[in-house]
Amino acid sequence: MDYLFQGLLEACRLLLGGDPETYSAVAATVRVSSYAMAASLLIGLPLGFILGHLRFPGRRQARLVVDTLLSLPTVFIGLLVYAFLSRRGPLGDLGLLFTLPGIAIGQTLLALPVVVALTATAVESMDANLRVTLLSLGADRWQLMRDTLWEARHGILAAALNAYGRVMTEVGISMMVGGNIKWHTRTITTAIALETNKGMFAMGIALGLILLFIAFAVTATVSLLRRK
Amino acid sequence: MKHKGFLAKGSLLMIALLALLCGAAWAAEPQAVMMATTTSTDDTGLLDYLAPHFKKATGYELRWTATGTGKALELGKNCDVDVLLVHAPKAEIKYVEEGFGINRTLVMYNDFVITGPASDPAGIKGRTVAEALAAIVAKKAVFVSRGDNSGTHKMEQELWKASNLAQPEKESWYISTGQGMLATINVAAEKNGYTLTDRGTYIKYESDKAGKAPQVILVEGDAPLRNQYSVIEVNPKRCEKVNNALAHQFAVWITGPQAQKLIGDFKLMGKQLFTPNAPH
Repeated sequence: MDYLFQGLLEACRLLLGGDPETYSAVAATVRVSSYAMAASLLIGLPLGFILGHLRFPGRRQARLVVDTLLSLPTVFIGLLVYAFLSRRGPLGDLGLLFTLPGIAIGQTLLALPVVVALTATAVESMDANLRVTLLSLGADRWQLMRDTLWEARHGILAAALNAYGRVMTEVGISMMVGGNIKWHTRTITTAIALETNKGMFAMGIALGLILLFIAFAVTATVSLLRRK
Repeated sequence: MKHKGFLAKGSLLMIALLALLCGAAWAAEPQAVMMATTTSTDDTGLLDYLAPHFKKATGYELRWTATGTGKALELGKNCDVDVLLVHAPKAEIKYVEEGFGINRTLVMYNDFVITGPASDPAGIKGRTVAEALAAIVAKKAVFVSRGDNSGTHKMEQELWKASNLAQPEKESWYISTGQGMLATINVAAEKNGYTLTDRGTYIKYESDKAGKAPQVILVEGDAPLRNQYSVIEVNPKRCEKVNNALAHQFAVWITGPQAQKLIGDFKLMGKQLFTPNAPH
């Protein structure tokens, strides 16, 4: 049990002492999760809007598929992305294996169903009158989507935070696609896995606390922006 | 409708930022040799110690991903790494014969030991490997296996075979962790069981526990326990994209006099972890 307390001390030491290895892992984590979130929001918001707003044949089935994908195991995504990015795979020429953008591709796949499903839910739960009102004001399709998404922003923000949580804490994709390479693709979570494997439990706990700290910083910033 | 402008500006900014970050990530890519290796070379800190010397000697960076030997060989088969540093001689020879790798060269060895609780319930201390394993089976004492197709796991399977014992599988006393060596020693400590480990990782474990290690060495020095590491270049004829020039340079360096001396000098708690034995 003493490593719990040791972990707390260690976390403070690493953060305040400016440990370069820890900061490299922090930077990798923040960078890769930012890529993944930007990509999944750019792709996921329009898809979520379509799924939640439009009534088209096969919509319920599509919804079922998206909801199922919420349970995609990260190790499985990791293997899938590895198969594509491996030099023997179809996208091997891009040289993305063992790079941060490679991990980001996997994490985008992880975040996408969360963004799509929760955006669709947020849009669905909007007042049905909104559509009529917007149309009567002469909104075109693009404006309709933009304004509906804007009105559903709180639900969408919740979706984004949820997806961010999954992306930042996953270890399967980062390990398989990134390879846990020191100074390059070692993220906080793969570092935790490594330290734990090495039996350095206090160090693992310290890194876990640092990850929580980053998550706190992100959510605090978001809630601050929300209030404005 | 002020928010529309904000939204449009926001997404533009995000795209610009993303492009900038991606660009920076790809632009600053120096030449590096990519290696797949086993957990033991990484966990003991040997690679952290060698990498700066390699950089100084050649100007190239050494990057590695540490996994079990099984996955390391697979990464080489898929052309995802340039060079391998692994320890499963039989699998390696087959690997080279099948054309996946070239220029396999011995680098160093350490040895395996069987560790267990100091109380030694099966009474294996100081006995040969065959006697010790037979005693463990007879007593149904807990034995913890890597179970991950790593070099250590392959060695364990060979030892059961060489001792004329059936490979345990579902026996209640046989625990397969599927994890790295240090994690597995920790499981053995928790379960009061025996395990097979390379000496290097054990010394690291012992030093982490600062003299209070619950697992102690019980069987050592028996001939079948030698653990040989070799370097293998991934075959550039199969894999056009691998950087064989760098892989070869690394292989030559690590088997050369400078690195061989460094390996011999690498100590933890005053104990030498690996014995260099590259052919001259």
